[in-house]
Amino acid sequence: MMDKYNYAFLDEGSKREIRRSVLKAVAIPGYQVPFGSRELPIGRGWGTGGIQLTLSLIGPEDTLKVIDQGSDESVNAVNIKKFVKMCTGVPCTTRTQEATIIQTRHRIPEVPMTNGQILVLQVPLPEPLRIVEPQEAVTKKMHAESDYAPIWLQLYESLIKYGKVTISAEYPCLVEDRYIMNPSPIPKFDNSKLHDAECLYLFGAGREKKIYAIPPHTKVVSLAFDDVPFEKESFRGKKCRLCGSTDTYLDEIFDSATGERYYQCSDTSYCKEVRSK
Amino acid sequence: MMLQETPVLSVRGLTVRYGDGCPQCASHLEKNRCTSCGAVWAANDVSLDVYPGEVLGIVGESGSGKSTLMQSLYFDLEPTAGTAYLQNYGAGKKSIWEASAAEKRHIKNTIMGMVYQNPIRGLRMDYSAASNIAEKIIAAGSRNAGQMTERAKELLEAVEILTSRMSEAPKNFSGGMQQRVQISKALANNPALLLLDEVTTGLDLSVQAKVLDLIRKIKAKYGISILLVSHDLAVIRMLADRTIVMLDGKIIESGLTDQILEDPQHAYTQQLVHSLL
Ligand SMILES: Nc1ncnc2c1ncn2[C@@H]1O[C@H](COP(=O)(O)OP(=O)(O)O)[C@@H](O)[C@H]1O
Ligand SMILES: [Mg+2]
Ligand SMILES: [Zn+2]
Ligand SMILES: [Zn+2]
Repeated sequence: MMDKYNYAFLDEGSKREIRRSVLKAVAIPGYQVPFGSRELPIGRGWGTGGIQLTLSLIGPEDTLKVIDQGSDESVNAVNIKKFVKMCTGVPCTTRTQEATIIQTRHRIPEVPMTNGQILVLQVPLPEPLRIVEPQEAVTKKMHAESDYAPIWLQLYESLIKYGKVTISAEYPCLVEDRYIMNPSPIPKFDNSKLHDAECLYLFGAGREKKIYAIPPHTKVVSLAFDDVPFEKESFRGKKCRLCGSTDTYLDEIFDSATGERYYQCSDTSYCKEVRSK
Repeated sequence: MMLQETPVLSVRGLTVRYGDGCPQCASHLEKNRCTSCGAVWAANDVSLDVYPGEVLGIVGESGSGKSTLMQSLYFDLEPTAGTAYLQNYGAGKKSIWEASAAEKRHIKNTIMGMVYQNPIRGLRMDYSAASNIAEKIIAAGSRNAGQMTERAKELLEAVEILTSRMSEAPKNFSGGMQQRVQISKALANNPALLLLDEVTTGLDLSVQAKVLDLIRKIKAKYGISILLVSHDLAVIRMLADRTIVMLDGKIIESGLTDQILEDPQHAYTQQLVHSLL
C-alpha cells in the first residue's frame, strides 16, 4: 500500500522545501523559521513537526531511533518508527550510539551525542515569548528588536513569589547571545547538553509551522540572573533502582499498592545498557 | 535665571491631527475640528520647554489635547508634525520622534517616566509591585535580581508603601496605592523627566491630597523635572512652578503659576481662575 507513496512519504519538492528551512535555521541558530507544514496521516500535536524533519532528512544509509518521554517503547515512539520504516525501509535501533537520526519528545539521551548525529525534537510550543505576549506579530517584533525584558520579568516574578525560578521544563535559553529559544519540551536537566554540543539539534513544530536549530558548538545559555545561578533538577541522594545510576534524569514512580516512592532512569535504553554491562 | 539653563525637554510645533486635513482647516476650525473636512486637530502647534527641577503644569478642559501631548512624548501615539528634544538624548539635537524603536525604549525606560490616569495602562496588574519596578530595571539592562529587589524596596518606601506588600499584585491595591506604585515604577531608573497625566483624577479628595503631597516630596528628594497635566487648576496650583493653559489643542496662555492665578489674560483662563475661587 505504501508503494503509492514517495520514499519517506513526502514528495521530493516538499522535502527540499523543508530542508531549505532547515538550512536557514542552521544559519541563524535559535531563530524560528516558518515553514509550510504538510499534512501527514498523523494528528497534529503528535509530533508532526519532528516527523516532517525526519522524513525530509532521512536516506537509505540512516539508522533511526525514536524516543518519547525517554522511552523507545511508548506507543507514540513505536508508531512513528513503524511509519518511517514502512515508507523508507531504514533500520531502527534503541541504542543512541548506533542511530544517525534520533527523533525525540521530552528528552535528550544520556549517552553524549556525537558529530554526524542529528537529534530531532518534536516541539508543541516553539515561541518562548508566548507566555508574555499572545500575538505572533508582536513576538516577531520582540525577537527582531531583542526585546526580551518580559521574559526576564517572568523569571524575576517567580523569584519574588517563590524565592526561586520555578520553571522546570521549556526553560528558556539564549542562543549565540542573540535569540531566546524555547528548548521545548525537555526538562531543564537537559539544557546544558545543548551548549557546545557535537551533534545538530533540530526543532520542529508542526502545528505552529516553525523550524529552529542549534548547530554543533553553538553557545547556549539558560537564562539566569547574575546573582542567582541556573540550577537544574537535583537528584542528590537518589539513584536509579534498576541500574544504580546517580547522574541521570530520574523519573519518580509512586507505587500505590505499596505506597512506596522510587526512582528510575527516564532514558530506558541507557538504563538497560548500564544493566547489561 | 531659569531661562538661561538648557531645558530638559523642548517641544516645537507638536501637531496631532486625526483625518487628512484640507486647505480650509486653518480658517474652518470649530473648537479643534475642521467644519469643512472633519479633521480633528487634537494638538495644534504646541511648543514648550521644561527646565531642570521645575514642575510645569498643563491645565485645560477635557478634550483640550493634554493627553495627546503626553502620549506623543511617551510614544503612545505618533505625531503628525513637530519635534521634541531631550537634553539626555542625542545631545539634545535629534528629535525623539526620529528615534529608532530601541532608542525609544531606552528613552521610555531611562530618560522619562510616565504615570497614566488609569493605572491599568502603566502597571502589570497581575505581577507583584516589586516586579513592576524590576521590569524597568531589567529593560535598562540590569540582570542582578538582588539589586532590583533593593531598588524596589527603596522606591516603595519613597512612595510610602510597606515593603512587606512588595510581592503582592497591584490589582489587590486601592486606587491611591496603585497610583503610588505607578509613580515608583516611573522613577525606577532615575529619569530626568516625569510625565504625570491626571494622576489624581478620580481619587477621593483625601487620597488626592496624599498623592499630591507625595509628588511634592519626590520632587524635593530627587530634583526631577515634572510635566504635570490636570483639568483641575487646584491641582496645578498646588504643585506647578509655571503653568500652560490649553484649549482646543492649542496653548492659549503660559507663565508663572502665581502670575496666571493673579492676572489671567485669556477669557478662558479668567473663567478657570474664577471658578477656583
Ligand atoms: N482617535 C481619535 N480620532 C479622532 N479624535 C480623537 C482621537 N483621539 C483623541 N481625539 C480627540 O483629540 C482631542 C484631544 O484629546 P485628549 O488629548 O485626550 O484631551 P485631554 O487629555 O485634554 O482631555 C479630543 O477632542 C479627542 O476627542
Ligand atoms: Mg486626558
Ligand atoms: Zn537506570
Ligand atoms: Zn479641513
